Amino acid sequence: MAILRPAGDFDRSYEQDMALLRRPWHYWLLGVSLLAAFTLPLWGDAYLVSTANQIAYTIIAVQGLNILTGYTGQISLSQAAFMLVGGYASALLVLHAGLPFFVALPLAALAAGAIGLFFGLASLRVKGFYLAFATLAAQFIIPWLSRHTFKDYLGGANGAIEVPLPQLGTVNFGEVSNFFYISLVVLLITTVLLFNVSRTRLGRAFVSVRDNDLAAELLGVNLFTYKLRAFFIAAMLAGLAGAIKAHSQRGVGTEFGYGLNESILYLGMLVIGGLGTNLGPFLGVAFIVLLEDLSDLLGGVLAAAFPELAGQLLTSFRPIFFGVALMLFLIYEPRGLAHRWQLLRAGWRLRPFAR
Amino acid sequence: MNWSLVPQQFVTGLLNGGTIGLIALGIVLIYKSSEVFNFAHGHLVMFGAFLTWWFTGGGAEPGAALIDLPLWAAVIAALITSMGIGLLIERFALRPMTGQPLLAIMLMTLGLAQLFEGMTAVLFGVELKSDFPAPFSPSDVLIIPFPGAFGDAIRLKYTLVATFVVATVAASLFIWFFNSTKTGLAMRATAEDHEVARSVGIKVSRVFGLSWGIAGVIATLGGVLLATVSGVSLNLSTVALIAFPAILLGGLESLGGALLGGFAIGLVQALVQASRLIEVRNSSEIAPYLLLLVVLLIRPEGLFGQKRIERV
Repeated sequence: MAILRPAGDFDRSYEQDMALLRRPWHYWLLGVSLLAAFTLPLWGDAYLVSTANQIAYTIIAVQGLNILTGYTGQISLSQAAFMLVGGYASALLVLHAGLPFFVALPLAALAAGAIGLFFGLASLRVKGFYLAFATLAAQFIIPWLSRHTFKDYLGGANGAIEVPLPQLGTVNFGEVSNFFYISLVVLLITTVLLFNVSRTRLGRAFVSVRDNDLAAELLGVNLFTYKLRAFFIAAMLAGLAGAIKAHSQRGVGTEFGYGLNESILYLGMLVIGGLGTNLGPFLGVAFIVLLEDLSDLLGGVLAAAFPELAGQLLTSFRPIFFGVALMLFLIYEPRGLAHRWQLLRAGWRLRPFAR
Repeated sequence: MNWSLVPQQFVTGLLNGGTIGLIALGIVLIYKSSEVFNFAHGHLVMFGAFLTWWFTGGGAEPGAALIDLPLWAAVIAALITSMGIGLLIERFALRPMTGQPLLAIMLMTLGLAQLFEGMTAVLFGVELKSDFPAPFSPSDVLIIPFPGAFGDAIRLKYTLVATFVVATVAASLFIWFFNSTKTGLAMRATAEDHEVARSVGIKVSRVFGLSWGIAGVIATLGGVLLATVSGVSLNLSTVALIAFPAILLGGLESLGGALLGGFAIGLVQALVQASRLIEVRNSSEIAPYLLLLVVLLIRPEGLFGQKRIERV
């Protein structure tokens, strides 16, 4: 991240220049957060662990969206549908092909990536909100297909099948405390990969497509292949997230929430976290999940106060809180929480001179 | 294809298309005047339907309702309220976003959509409201003899005919308004070029406000029409989303195109239901989106739109 550094602070070797962790406190922070994450099932209660699990796989999906929307600037309203593809692919591979979960997981990601490529083809002809329409169509067509075709395999009109639990050797991942480690490890892998995507040729090409596609093409960036790569990576990460979600919820289908609202939710998480930053998905997802808990709390209190209206009060505050948060962020901090974090760090480094 | 069903479905689809066209008109209107693509329009449609239902005293015990208006008065009250809502949206959500990139403005309308979804649920409840006052009973059917059709006649529900008439008349009125009145022309001028419009004395911010107000009115009218056919529920926002394929088919800049696109989408939805295959019949909810993909690939500017899409 090229931010201003104080005078006299410079790198002495290429290795130093390339390093992701460049200061002692980077190592400390990473070590402590990894320790906290990996020991979470030991000291956290079941609710905390399952929330952390949900946050982990949602971050993977939002990271994919970040590549497509944040870095490449292609608007996508179909991330949840690609998750559905990944969930079904993994579940069917385990159920009918008898593959172990850890083989099915990458295959599911590839399957979702392939579907993503198909809808990404529309991005060659159109851009801007025309592309949003193409992905909107995907968001309606894919769940419909899962409800109305291949009923024996996909679960038919109710749109749900049961998903078996993953097993590795003698370790059973049925407990959420065990399953959490799967999400965590996959999240770690994707995070390391994406940190490197964003600062190598691929990521720079994505950014150039976003900032000015004409100039990018003049510089030798093939728009055709790079847009498709962005779609492929986004859908692949959605597929990974979907497969993990399907196995941790032990079921997959349109009943489990893979609709347009979820896709919008992921976009909102990305914007609130910070478009086109590696930190953004983490901050945005954590923020929204906490906000949802808060809104459920308010809904619960109000439902207790007005029992005759409980049905409409319990869950309805989530979209209100989310919508208002999204609108406020767009007006007051369109660069998201990641930008706030940058400002905070810069302020700390420059103290006592700048605020 | 079950050919004996085709004449019936053709007419039904055309009649349904009127409402879709009217809803599409509201989106095109906002796009034309301020280049904002309003993804919250479907939720405005739903909110308008709920408002009307509430003004008729829906949901309350008979006699105990806070407000208990006849249908026509409830519709007028809802139209006025939604005009106010449109003005508020423009002032507090869209005006701060002036000059922001496309993605940000689109997300703003998506945020609005979520807000309306939640507000509707909190204010009116999430379950289907079946007590929306219908001007005609479902058994009022107009029978037109038509040899070759199923039962040698085309049956038209009065409700459907009425919604078609209202939608088409309203849409024609709005199109006349944009093409012939001074205010309408000012709005079109603003759509062409903000600076030029300002230089001839048009107040651009007022035009934006006005177009959102009118869009609110159109949305509520569309919501009332949808509600008379299918009842009031949170699903109405999804139903209203099929206005998007209609707009794209008609061309983003064309008001008349939006209306024609609505007819086309209504036709497509109804005609697939004349099929003998259950899979094809079931596809009536996604057929508009398949059509949308085809339009995007073959003719992205739509039938009557301007060729302004950049392809790099």
